[in-house]
Amino acid sequence: MDTLAFPRTHYLNAEYGLKSWLLTTDHKRIGLLFLGAISLFFILGGIFAGLIRLELLTPPGDLVSDDTYNKLFTMHGIVMVFMFLIPSIPAVMGNFFVPIMIGARDLAFPRLNLLSWYIFMTGGLFTLYAIVTGGVDTGWTFYTPFSTLSSHSNVMTAAIGIFIIGFSSILTGLNFIVTIHTMRAPGMTWFRMPLFLWAMYATSLINVLATPVLAITIFAVALERALHMGIFDPAYGGDPVLFQHLFWFYSHPAVYIMILPAMGVVSEVIAAFSRKSIFGYKFVAFSSLAIAVFGFLVWGHHMFVAGMSVYGAMIFSVLSFLVAVPSAVKVFNWTATLYKGSISYQTPMLYALGFIGLFTIGGLTGLFLASLGVDVHVTDTYFVVAHFHYIMVGGAIMGYLGGLHYWWPKMTGRMYPDMWGRVAAVVTFLGFNLTFFPQFVLGYMGMPRRYHAYPPEFQALNVLSTAGASIMGIGYLIPAIYLLWSLKYGAIAGNNPWGAKGLEWEIPSPPPTFNFDKTPVVTEPAYAYETREK
Amino acid sequence: MAGKVDALYFFLVAVSAFFVIVIAAFVIYFGIRYRRRAHGEVGMKVVPSLALEIAWTIIPLGLGLVMFAWGAQIYFNQTRPPAETLDIYVVGKQWMWKFQHLDGRREINELHVPVGRAVRLTGTSEDVIHSFFVPAFRLKADVIPGRYTTLWFNATKAGRYHLFCAEYCGTKHSGMVGTVVVMEPNEYQAWLAGGGGEGSLASQGQKLFQDLACITCHRADGQGRGPALEGVFGSRVSLNSGQVVVADEAYLRESILSPSAKIAAGFQPLMPTFQGLVSEEQLLALIEYVKSLKGLAPSQPAADTPGGPAPGRTTPARGPQSPSERQRQNPKK
Repeated sequence: MDTLAFPRTHYLNAEYGLKSWLLTTDHKRIGLLFLGAISLFFILGGIFAGLIRLELLTPPGDLVSDDTYNKLFTMHGIVMVFMFLIPSIPAVMGNFFVPIMIGARDLAFPRLNLLSWYIFMTGGLFTLYAIVTGGVDTGWTFYTPFSTLSSHSNVMTAAIGIFIIGFSSILTGLNFIVTIHTMRAPGMTWFRMPLFLWAMYATSLINVLATPVLAITIFAVALERALHMGIFDPAYGGDPVLFQHLFWFYSHPAVYIMILPAMGVVSEVIAAFSRKSIFGYKFVAFSSLAIAVFGFLVWGHHMFVAGMSVYGAMIFSVLSFLVAVPSAVKVFNWTATLYKGSISYQTPMLYALGFIGLFTIGGLTGLFLASLGVDVHVTDTYFVVAHFHYIMVGGAIMGYLGGLHYWWPKMTGRMYPDMWGRVAAVVTFLGFNLTFFPQFVLGYMGMPRRYHAYPPEFQALNVLSTAGASIMGIGYLIPAIYLLWSLKYGAIAGNNPWGAKGLEWEIPSPPPTFNFDKTPVVTEPAYAYETREK
Repeated sequence: MAGKVDALYFFLVAVSAFFVIVIAAFVIYFGIRYRRRAHGEVGMKVVPSLALEIAWTIIPLGLGLVMFAWGAQIYFNQTRPPAETLDIYVVGKQWMWKFQHLDGRREINELHVPVGRAVRLTGTSEDVIHSFFVPAFRLKADVIPGRYTTLWFNATKAGRYHLFCAEYCGTKHSGMVGTVVVMEPNEYQAWLAGGGGEGSLASQGQKLFQDLACITCHRADGQGRGPALEGVFGSRVSLNSGQVVVADEAYLRESILSPSAKIAAGFQPLMPTFQGLVSEEQLLALIEYVKSLKGLAPSQPAADTPGGPAPGRTTPARGPQSPSERQRQNPKK
């Protein structure tokens, strides 16, 4: 290998000082600002999860009080969903790489991008304030009339925080859509774009179209709590189930906000580490859009036992089966991409393969929940908890970590120790399965979710789950250590440590402030590995 | 029902396991067969295959539609009680389950039912949303404040089964649990006979009907300021607005709590609201009383003594059952 030199000037040392970060409009620096913020929120959400698992070691509620337990799972959900998962890949890697991957100097609206971060932090601080001043106990779903009538916790502070954070998602989504439409380099046609960009585009569409509904819903809750307007609470003439319709009209598409970006990362990583173009590129690209569109039509499957009409339920059920098809198509295409590839097993690839395994299980168990007769039994049990953790943790977080490991050398200019990376990926995968697989069984046995105390026959599986969670915790701790270590001591990465294709690998690591010295011209499709000289 | 749910469940498990194994097998096989052997090696060109893409779109779609149809069929049956049911009312509140049997017997967090009979529960909530969940019956339905939901089951084996609240409802959510006691018919009869002497639910409703002075306007002779209620349950009621509605439990409930919402044709909106004056359980008793008022036959103005005879006595007109477990034509059939 050639001796690699660290570039003398790059986006990290172009300017110094706190002000140069807090007032930056560089998409790469803003990406790092998000990385710092969401990493802290991830730790916070993880601590809540750890306490939940500790409490569930034993059947009686003996570690924390019932109100504390209810607040723990509520705040775990709120922090992980709204303050980690939804921003995660788009706000960090999307911000950093969308402009670079299309050959642009920045996003279309750099100052709006900085505003996104400030809005996110403002909302995050509101929610943090709600947490430190007593917490929230409504569940992250804020179901009415519990949230409007019954709960005496900091519902409105937390809800306002989420309301504010939503605008950050909307602005980031808008920025990506405009950027991808208008700022692609010469020759970067839609079908030459890396699939990560298709995923970002689809995600941004959902962000822009769905998030306002969440804002409206929160606003309606506020009106009812403050002014007693009868919207959801039957005591004032409202309909509590209306809230569920509005909430899931946002929150089901929000699942795709979390998983589509991870799918985009996996497409990049699979291609790079098999050195092959993605099998069925257009099918993978359009399946992202199909998921984004169908994802808006399936919210009712969260409410099959909430007094829905039988025929309404059937329509939501069949649509939910349809939305599974594009996800299946992606998995098949990724698998086929491996065929006749040149596969290496560095850290990002292990995360991507882990993603395929866990997402496949998560997706298939979604069919159980789309299936009406079975959903009635398993909804609101640990089966659902296991299912959505397979998607959101096994899928979205594995994808996030895969992407972080894939692009870390580009973002920092340094390599992390690959051996430790692989260890962490395997530990996380095993710990994850030990944590959540038993919960499928628990759910089918009938253990309801959000239970502080439970009958003794459920204990053995809960102990397994808690043991798995501690292993998974170690799996997350290892990267935190070596990634920080690599900032100072890691080997110099060079432009393209993986031998990967893509515009981001043609510029120095870390990139210069304006990414490209001169606007690149794209002459070949994404992932044109096979054409390269051996 | 549990067996039918399990059959579909295990079909889904089998299909899922098949796909997980096939995908894992391919990933592992390709992963080993095509591992990188030389630095700088790249993948080989593979011709895209439209046929393959279509195949792995159509096959999951077809499987999905089979799963949909199977699941929908079970759900349809789960939501359609048979014509003959033993009716019981359930009210959820933070944090307990309250049951009212038609014979007037009440239970909290325990529900006694006989084996081998279709039981229909009509439920609501006093406060927030709860969910009635009996895992052994593969059965769950939310009880929602302000409306009635129904579910039914036919327990096939005597025993004691967990009853959980499955919708998060606040501090003691995980304490909102109970037991469904399924009893052999003779034991169930003995249990019924041990009930208190409160009189049937309908007779409790009748007493309320008098205490709340409903009876001054809703007179059986049809001369009151409100419509006579004899025979009204399950009938089609013409409204002042020109609409026609079926007088089911939800309509009766609304008419008590928000009387001016749907005024029967030919009447004035004179009735005051009883919102806040009657509890959910009293509402159910009133509704049960109205249900018990059969249509007036001209020759026998008071044909049906409200509430019927005391529990335990046979009612020749209705066969050998006591009123508590009398079989009722399901009005929503």
